[in-house]
Amino acid sequence: MSTPVVFDAATRLYPGSTVPAVDRLDLEVQPGEFLALVGPSGCGKSTSLRMLAGLEDVSSGSIRIGDRDVTHLRPKDRDIAMVFQNYALYPHLTVGENMGFALKIAGVAKSEISTRVADAARILDLERFLDRKPKALSGGQRQRVAMGRAIVREPQVFLMDEPLSNLDAKLRVSTRTEIASLQRRLGITTVYVTHDQVEAMTMGDRVAVLKDGVLQQVAAPLDLYDRPANVFVAGFIGSPAMNLGTFAVEDGDALVAEARIRLPRATTDALTTGEVVLGFRPESLERVPAGTEGAFAVEVLVVEELGSEAFLYGSLGAKLHNPQLVAKVEPRSVPAKGSVVHFRVDPERLHAFSTTTGEALPTA
Amino acid sequence: MTRKPRGRDERSPLSSLALHATLVVATTIALFPVVWVLLASLKPQDAIQSTEIHLFDHPTLENYRRVLFETSFPHWFLNSVVVAIFTMVIGISMSATAGYALSRFNFPGKRGVMWLFLITQMFPVAILIVPIYTIMANLGLIDTKASLVIAYCSVAVPFCTWMLRGYFDTIPPELDDAAALDGLGPFKTFWYVVLPLARPGLAVTAFYTFLTAWGEVAYAIAFILSDKNLTLGAGLQQFVPRFNPQWDLLTAGAVLIMLPASLVFYFAQKHLVAGLTAGGTKG
Ligand SMILES: Nc1ncnc2c1ncn2[C@@H]1O[C@H](COP(=O)(O)OP(=O)(O)OP(=O)(O)O)[C@@H](O)[C@H]1O
Ligand SMILES: [Mg+2]
Repeated sequence: MSTPVVFDAATRLYPGSTVPAVDRLDLEVQPGEFLALVGPSGCGKSTSLRMLAGLEDVSSGSIRIGDRDVTHLRPKDRDIAMVFQNYALYPHLTVGENMGFALKIAGVAKSEISTRVADAARILDLERFLDRKPKALSGGQRQRVAMGRAIVREPQVFLMDEPLSNLDAKLRVSTRTEIASLQRRLGITTVYVTHDQVEAMTMGDRVAVLKDGVLQQVAAPLDLYDRPANVFVAGFIGSPAMNLGTFAVEDGDALVAEARIRLPRATTDALTTGEVVLGFRPESLERVPAGTEGAFAVEVLVVEELGSEAFLYGSLGAKLHNPQLVAKVEPRSVPAKGSVVHFRVDPERLHAFSTTTGEALPTA
Repeated sequence: MTRKPRGRDERSPLSSLALHATLVVATTIALFPVVWVLLASLKPQDAIQSTEIHLFDHPTLENYRRVLFETSFPHWFLNSVVVAIFTMVIGISMSATAGYALSRFNFPGKRGVMWLFLITQMFPVAILIVPIYTIMANLGLIDTKASLVIAYCSVAVPFCTWMLRGYFDTIPPELDDAAALDGLGPFKTFWYVVLPLARPGLAVTAFYTFLTAWGEVAYAIAFILSDKNLTLGAGLQQFVPRFNPQWDLLTAGAVLIMLPASLVFYFAQKHLVAGLTAGGTKG
């Protein structure tokens, strides 16, 4: 029994501001899907989520949960549970009471509440803490209580607003997988907000990228990675970020420093100006001997050795959007700092974007 | 000679001495009148006014017996209890709901209301007493306890509203959001989530409203005409007319009047615990 969620041109204009915080958001969340909503700070992720929860008015457009139009329903009538960024546990109630509170308000029988709370506590390994107050818990335990409060409800939709941002790095990684597998087990439609693209990519069935209140692209994580719809998505998804630069085009070749990179016919046909934005991921750069066709020289500035992989940061004879070029290189035999190495872009994995609209250009 | 290094929280003996001396002096000044009244209340009538001063002089409970059994004191006492409790209950309900509305909701005229509440506190009782008297007279409330309750609320509610609003502001609004998603409307959120967390603020407000009504004299004298409706503050004045003051009755009454106030304070201070909202949000 899973429920789809649909945003239909949903817009939120905060009183007193002129630009909408969320601008005509069209988004369909499939039943049982884990949708990650990602974007930089202030892009309207929380606002979108709060609109769905009913905590924020919808200025125009509509929101549907299942076949119900909930646009103007109160939060309590939407059958939604939310995990807040700062958990928002009731400090005066014990862990058990926190988890059972919604059921108590709904008038569920005491015995049923305690079984459901006990079940949730077992799933989340919180049984020992049921009688404690939230202030006697660690950050990670509080996070689990907040999760517990949501699952006890057995709602139609889960909303999570950066639930991991208060945890330390290690706990974040383990909790990440726990939440994702829990969601898959329960099969409850989930909208998960994060500003961390790694979190979005690893947890989401699909990822929606938001910028300045405008939806940029919704796709499965790998699609997003392989076929970003525009320059923003290309630069936002992936770590380290994709190398992007604006280059002149001459006779169907892009001039990247001293190299000429042959552009596919489809790309040149779609160009409206004499320039193109090219993007290539760190791992699409191939180290080649000097003089190879299409190779450019890079002066090595820093090398990050991570053991299993290594990244080289260097300067190119041409300007990039980011100050440095990043390339993935063989670990344990990295070039020395200050040396000059040559790279070639794998033509199969070259991304091209329009300089005027930022939209992706066809490459085949 | 080696000296033991002083711990971080230890003071030098000299500053410790100065500190304690100051505290002792301040405490003495604060306690002296109270202790003096207490001692006087235990003396026979003639000893109170005697020029020879003793701490104890034929200690007796006779003054208390007379106050309790030969005057209208018990009656006044009851009136005061009724007035103070009504003021407290009505005052808290009004200021808590108003404070919550001002803290959480946006509505037209919100700023105006807050200014109004601030400004009304600036008028001294002496100025307010005449207009309020006129209003009470028009309402036909003169010589009733209701007139006092209303007048005291008009004093206490604006202040308490500001105070409670400030307190509610410290309760994270995410808790309201969580409550909304858990199925609570605004009133239930207020009742089940906000009020329990505002206990310290409510306790202070309760004590303040109680005190506003308990010992008040000016309004009581102006509005209450008959002896049977007098409250303590006004009633006790009758013991000390311009000629022939009955200090024995006054001191005994004054000691008795302190008891309920102390009792209310005792219950209020139990709730003055810090950190009630700790642990609800963030890590
Ligand atoms: N109550 C408000 N009144 C006016 N503007 C607001 C309000 N809340 C948020 N905004 C604005 O709306 C935009 C989106 O805010 P939102 O909180 O949704 O961002 P976010 O994507 O969740 O960011 P973050 O990752 O920092 O949490 C921001 O520009 C913010 O300044
Ligand atoms: Mg946010």
